[in-house]
Amino acid sequence: MNLLLEISNGALAITAAITGVFLVFAALLIARLISPRSFSVKKSEPYECGIPTRGQSMIQFKAGYYIFAILFLIFDVETVFLYPWAVVTRSMGPQSLAVIGVFLFILVLGLAYAWRKGALKWS
Amino acid sequence: MFDFDIVTSWFNGLLTGFMPQWAATLIECVVIGVIVLLVYALLALFYILYERKLCAWFQCRLGPMRVGRWGVLQVFADMFKILIKELICLKGTDKFLFKLAPYIVITSSVTMLACLPWGKGLQIIDYNIGIFFILAVSSVGILGILLAGWSSNNKYTLIGAMRSGAQMVSYELSLGLAMITIVCLAGTMNITEIVAEQDKAWFLFRGHIPAIIAFVIYLIAATAETNRGPFDLPEAEHELTAGYHTEYSGIHFGFFYLAEYLNLFIVSGIASLMFLGGWMPLHIPGLDGFNNVMNFIPGPVWFLAKAFFISYVIIWFKWTFPRIRIDQMLSFEWKYLMPIALANLVLMACFVAFGWHF
Repeated sequence: MNLLLEISNGALAITAAITGVFLVFAALLIARLISPRSFSVKKSEPYECGIPTRGQSMIQFKAGYYIFAILFLIFDVETVFLYPWAVVTRSMGPQSLAVIGVFLFILVLGLAYAWRKGALKWS
Repeated sequence: MFDFDIVTSWFNGLLTGFMPQWAATLIECVVIGVIVLLVYALLALFYILYERKLCAWFQCRLGPMRVGRWGVLQVFADMFKILIKELICLKGTDKFLFKLAPYIVITSSVTMLACLPWGKGLQIIDYNIGIFFILAVSSVGILGILLAGWSSNNKYTLIGAMRSGAQMVSYELSLGLAMITIVCLAGTMNITEIVAEQDKAWFLFRGHIPAIIAFVIYLIAATAETNRGPFDLPEAEHELTAGYHTEYSGIHFGFFYLAEYLNLFIVSGIASLMFLGGWMPLHIPGLDGFNNVMNFIPGPVWFLAKAFFISYVIIWFKWTFPRIRIDQMLSFEWKYLMPIALANLVLMACFVAFGWHF
């Protein structure tokens, strides 16, 4: 049940999201109305502590992050599977331990493999 | 405890008395929106002052003192100042993504704020998968930060955003696992029910050893998740100028600032809800007189006091530990924190399955 019993959670979530969008929109509107404007060529250069940017900034970037992103995907999906299990652990009793033990064993094996292969090393 | 359902059902009855249901629902949604907006703004203002004062005291300074008594009005002055600064969109930026990023960051933090119950019946969004919903929405916030860094056409912001993304997705795992540990103990994902479960004693005490380990893991992961403390390398000033929001000016920058403080409140709020009983007063089984006295303190006071205490601890971290390097940060998460969190989850499952908890 929620705050006002007639409103569904979906509607409330959308209300909250619209509130967020409205906050940004309203603040930007006020800022546009009262903030000063001036134009100069130099001002629109990227900042970078006074040094002009060399080449493109939207470049392909360090592969180290990519490996961590893949690892994250695996373990995040794992967390999603763990949630329903966690809810029923108390009612299932010791049986649930055996169920999740197999699941976690395979996953930890995967982590150990990645670790051994050096995927966790930052280079 | 005072039940706020009385107030809301009275308000609903008042509205439906003279208008159709859809109009009443619409007005209620607007009222909720206004309340959320006010709470968001007030909390952000409070947190800016809280952090500035605390960091001053940690460094034996006084902090803001000139504007208003004890510098209380300083935050309003800052807010106004940031509103009257010019909004600059630099050459070569991806203008659409550049302007979209603050919307995503703010919207995700507002939605998370709306999920937190402040007292009995005093909550807005109350899914039966509440914890999961909060985690899902918090992942969307990362997207805004990545977009901000990517669209700025500046290599510092790109590095800052990539670091921030790597850090937040990595530590989200430990955060999630610490939360699952408590879900395992509570047997539900609904935040209201989790708080109601802590009527006898808080989960930190009920789950003793694994709950305390989970709490410590949660605190570390939450510090990293909010890009603060020793984990603030996305905005390491000495190497990246200011990280992903370097190119934002005026209120555009203010949005990231606001969201950062609100995220601090939100992670503290979740910690207080899951480990310290949220709005539930301190109850000690067997001491009925003490419990009755504690019941006189209203729920929102309990919730806010616990949340502010945890925020205090997280701010304290920042002034105690030096900043770590990115390789240390990632290996700390993947080689220590996450395996420990997994082992702790299994420990908690044993405790729950064999009934070793209180």
